Amino acid sequence: MLTQVDRGGGVSVAAPVSHFYRCAASTAASRQHFSDREESAAAPPVTSQTSWIDSAFLSLRFSEIDTRKINNSFLRDHNYATEADIISTVEFNSTGELLATGDKGGRVVVFQREQESKNQPHRRGEYNVYSTFQSHEPEFDYLKSLEIEEKINKIRWLPQQNAAYFLLSTNDKTVKLWKISERDKRPEGYNLKDEEGRIRDPTTITSLRVPVLRPMDLMVEATPRRIFSNAHTYHINSISVNSDHETYMSTDDLRINLWNLEITNRSFNIVDIKPANMEELTEVITAAEFHPNQCNTFVYSSSKGSIRLCDMRTSALCDNHSKLFEEPEDPSNRSFFSEIISSISDVKFSHSGRYLMTRDYLTVKVWDINMESKPLETYQVHDYLRSKLCSLYENDCIFDKFECVWNGTDSVLMTGSYNNFFRMFDRNTKRDVTLEASRENSKPRAILKPRKVCVGGKRRKDEISVDSLDFSKKILHTAWHPNENIIAVAATNNLYIFQDKVN
Amino acid sequence: TKLDDSKMAGAEGDDSLYPIAVLIDELRNEDVQLRLNSIKKLSTIALALGVERTRTELLPFLTDTIYDEDEVLLALAEQLGSFTVLVGGPEFVHNLLPPLESLATVEETVVRDKAVESLRKISQEHSPVDLEVHFVPLVKRLASGDWFTSRTSACGLFSVCYPRVSSTVKAEIRQHFRTLCSDDTPMVRRAAASKLGEFAKVLELDYVKSDIIPLFTALASDEQDSVRLLAVEAGVSIATLLPQEDLEALVMPTLRQAAEDKSWRVRYMVADKFSELQKAVGPEITKTDLVPAFQNLLKDCEAEVRAAAANKVKVFCENLPEDSRETIIMTHILPCVKELVSDTNQHVKSALASVIMGLSTILGKDNTVEHLLPLFLVQLKDECPEVRLNIISNLDCVNEVIGIRQLSQSLLPAIVELAEDAKWRVRLAIIEYMPLLAGQLGVEFFDEKLNSLCMAWLIDHVFAIREAATCNLMKLVEKFGAEWAQNTIVPKVLGMANDSNYLHRMTTLFCINALSGVCGQEITTKHMLPVVLKMSTDQVANVRFNVARCLQKIGPVLDSSALQAEVKPVLEKLATDQDMDVKYFALEAISVLALA
Repeated sequence: MLTQVDRGGGVSVAAPVSHFYRCAASTAASRQHFSDREESAAAPPVTSQTSWIDSAFLSLRFSEIDTRKINNSFLRDHNYATEADIISTVEFNSTGELLATGDKGGRVVVFQREQESKNQPHRRGEYNVYSTFQSHEPEFDYLKSLEIEEKINKIRWLPQQNAAYFLLSTNDKTVKLWKISERDKRPEGYNLKDEEGRIRDPTTITSLRVPVLRPMDLMVEATPRRIFSNAHTYHINSISVNSDHETYMSTDDLRINLWNLEITNRSFNIVDIKPANMEELTEVITAAEFHPNQCNTFVYSSSKGSIRLCDMRTSALCDNHSKLFEEPEDPSNRSFFSEIISSISDVKFSHSGRYLMTRDYLTVKVWDINMESKPLETYQVHDYLRSKLCSLYENDCIFDKFECVWNGTDSVLMTGSYNNFFRMFDRNTKRDVTLEASRENSKPRAILKPRKVCVGGKRRKDEISVDSLDFSKKILHTAWHPNENIIAVAATNNLYIFQDKVN
Repeated sequence: TKLDDSKMAGAEGDDSLYPIAVLIDELRNEDVQLRLNSIKKLSTIALALGVERTRTELLPFLTDTIYDEDEVLLALAEQLGSFTVLVGGPEFVHNLLPPLESLATVEETVVRDKAVESLRKISQEHSPVDLEVHFVPLVKRLASGDWFTSRTSACGLFSVCYPRVSSTVKAEIRQHFRTLCSDDTPMVRRAAASKLGEFAKVLELDYVKSDIIPLFTALASDEQDSVRLLAVEAGVSIATLLPQEDLEALVMPTLRQAAEDKSWRVRYMVADKFSELQKAVGPEITKTDLVPAFQNLLKDCEAEVRAAAANKVKVFCENLPEDSRETIIMTHILPCVKELVSDTNQHVKSALASVIMGLSTILGKDNTVEHLLPLFLVQLKDECPEVRLNIISNLDCVNEVIGIRQLSQSLLPAIVELAEDAKWRVRLAIIEYMPLLAGQLGVEFFDEKLNSLCMAWLIDHVFAIREAATCNLMKLVEKFGAEWAQNTIVPKVLGMANDSNYLHRMTTLFCINALSGVCGQEITTKHMLPVVLKMSTDQVANVRFNVARCLQKIGPVLDSSALQAEVKPVLEKLATDQDMDVKYFALEAISVLALA
């Protein structure tokens, strides 16, 4: 339907790929297979060990925290972790039954929530490995002499359309559509060979056999369905599926492209902020997302701390925004680092579509989409780092891209910090909590203890001094179940799943 | 390979079951190509199994094979559409429903659409009773399915069963369609909107007014513009069904609203469907409503919409009622067209350029000279090559009205500029229009102004241009005749045989390949052959093997004495060349020309 002619030269026709992809590397994995960890060496890069701990948080009312229990899954339970194992994205599907993670090694691991069973009611809520597959491989761009990493930058689930599940995964350059489907029957009976595969003498065939389908152990298959490539000159930082169920957008540093989910050889450039002269470049796009139910509206955030809301109804090219959300800078706080720390690393629409949440280096902000002049709410994530910006600049931590998420009712915000800490903010009570995702501190079914970072001189017991924070342990990616209090927290190579006490 | 071996054995034996057994086994071969092969020969399998076993064994198996690759499923969906005879005729046609039903729920749109197409086809083979007992329940199941894939498929099936069922079932079908039009999923609403027009066609007029119109109005004001834009097309179909007096009240308010929709995509759709719309609503509404609407679309703030409208200028003007056509064009349309000629967007200008020449036939000589010619001249000087090309490619329309001479002064610089454009695709495009231009400008003008261009392309540094230039020469000779060729182009082409660049020497050979046929035996033997033969001693192997290929190509044009006396010795010599490729092509030529 869209007839816009590609612009800017970024979009080009891909190699002659047919509409149909054959699965060269589809990973078939049976669940039975996974439960036996010794045997699973060939398939998953992940082992799953579930334990229960008493823990603390996640209630919308923080007063009840201590009575809650949390289910904590350790994944990737290695003593050592390679770079490839570092989790780079976490995403629940629309029902929360599935949870997908992507890692720097280009792998996608999908977890499925355990079904309710009478014998072990508490096991409901545990997530087990459902499917593992290699989504992206390292590549080399010979024209530009550039290595293209296999790291999965983002995963987005598609709305469910039939019994199979579909997700989009992207690395820096290429978006792929994956189908994850189950198979529980297999055909039996050949004419020319017997059940053991021995060839029959063709002269003995006196009647024809039609194969019959017989039940078998459940198999989960991941198949690549579409590959959307050659449309991005810069690195893709976001993908977002439109509520029209037909299109999605992919965003790189300077451009946003709109794709039809069924068409891989053309996309439409809708935003292009590339200046004619690259030396005049002052701003890049850091994230973008579609409105959850208005198919025409999307937002994108920039490295200068602004958020632009665009309406695709107005024009085919959305270079001119409809709204610009920006907070005037406080001159008293101005420093060398002001611009760096005001760069927005993530922007998310609330489920209702009314609010926007943005994350910059030190804060999380909530914006009302009807008020452009200033945020509705501002929460300090780790203000104690303000005095340490200099050393954070030197070790590059200041450029870390923290993401942020809403809970199912848009009343609690969650985002990550350092030292394996992550933060939650209750928008109604204005209370907040710092929690730690670490194996040492969480025993099965224990309550997660709130942590405190000591800012002043005197350190109380249980408090951690700012100087002893481990900046290599950062929590960049988290996810919140769409309608229950279950969260997934990626701490480098470990995935932690916490939930409200079940019984 | 074992299978292949045994296949050979089977083929030698007399067991007629064997090939079928192979086909059946290959239905589940690991190689998708073999599975696809088997599925494409499904009718052979079914024929061998007989109708009974096809129904009881083959179809149940196929119903559950929806795990396969899309290509296989697509082939299967297609096969099943013509399977009625193979399951025992119309009496048993409902046996085909289960596999098609499961194919109608897969995620791949092409497969689903094919399954729906086959279902529509076999619905006609159902008796009225079977339709209600088997087919309608399937449609209802799909329409109330959990997944939106099945509901979208259902949308395409209502119109085929509706005319052939009882009034009770008709009411149910209408109800199901209504439900789908307000489905939660935009995918389903879009599917329903796209089938609304088709469904309206099979409904009784009263129900069109009472059922379809409200649905149309609702879809046309859907919150998603992707749904609204599909309602435009439905509106066109509905408008053709309604009597003129109802149009104003029932359809026009919605269509007017669509033409002014906030979303450019909806306005684009209106512009894109404008000629259909014009036909559907008739001359009166066209005059009162569509003319102002069209003006607005031509002035739309979104370039996409302007381009779509610009594309329709000619057709819209053509279909205006005759009595007021000229007045409307001159007072309402032409002013907008004039503005578009200097539009800021090149796609708009080039869309206009592709149709604007067509207006001259409608407006006649005087108006063309006075009003259109200045516009053509502006477009011929446009900065965007596509605009100029579009004007040049449509010159024939103007030629009929005012003769091309009026234009030729401006035409020539435009052509020369395109011919030397830095982008080879632009040069390629203009070459393709050369024969057309030559025909219209006449041989004299051509020789004077364009001939040198055509020769210059032969030494272009892009092969595609040289190749197109060669082909162009052939077409020119077809137009102007062999004598012209001998006097103008053949000497120049043959002159290139002595060029120091081997690529240019090869171009001579390629030209001879193309020209020998149209120039005829005499010119070929007398003028071309000696040059070719002389080139057989070229020091570049590529030239030598192209000599061999050239001789093979022009061989049929030569008489047999020339072949034996002149061509044969040269080819025999080339066949002993030290270069492998030269040898190969020489031997090939010898065998094709039967000179051995």
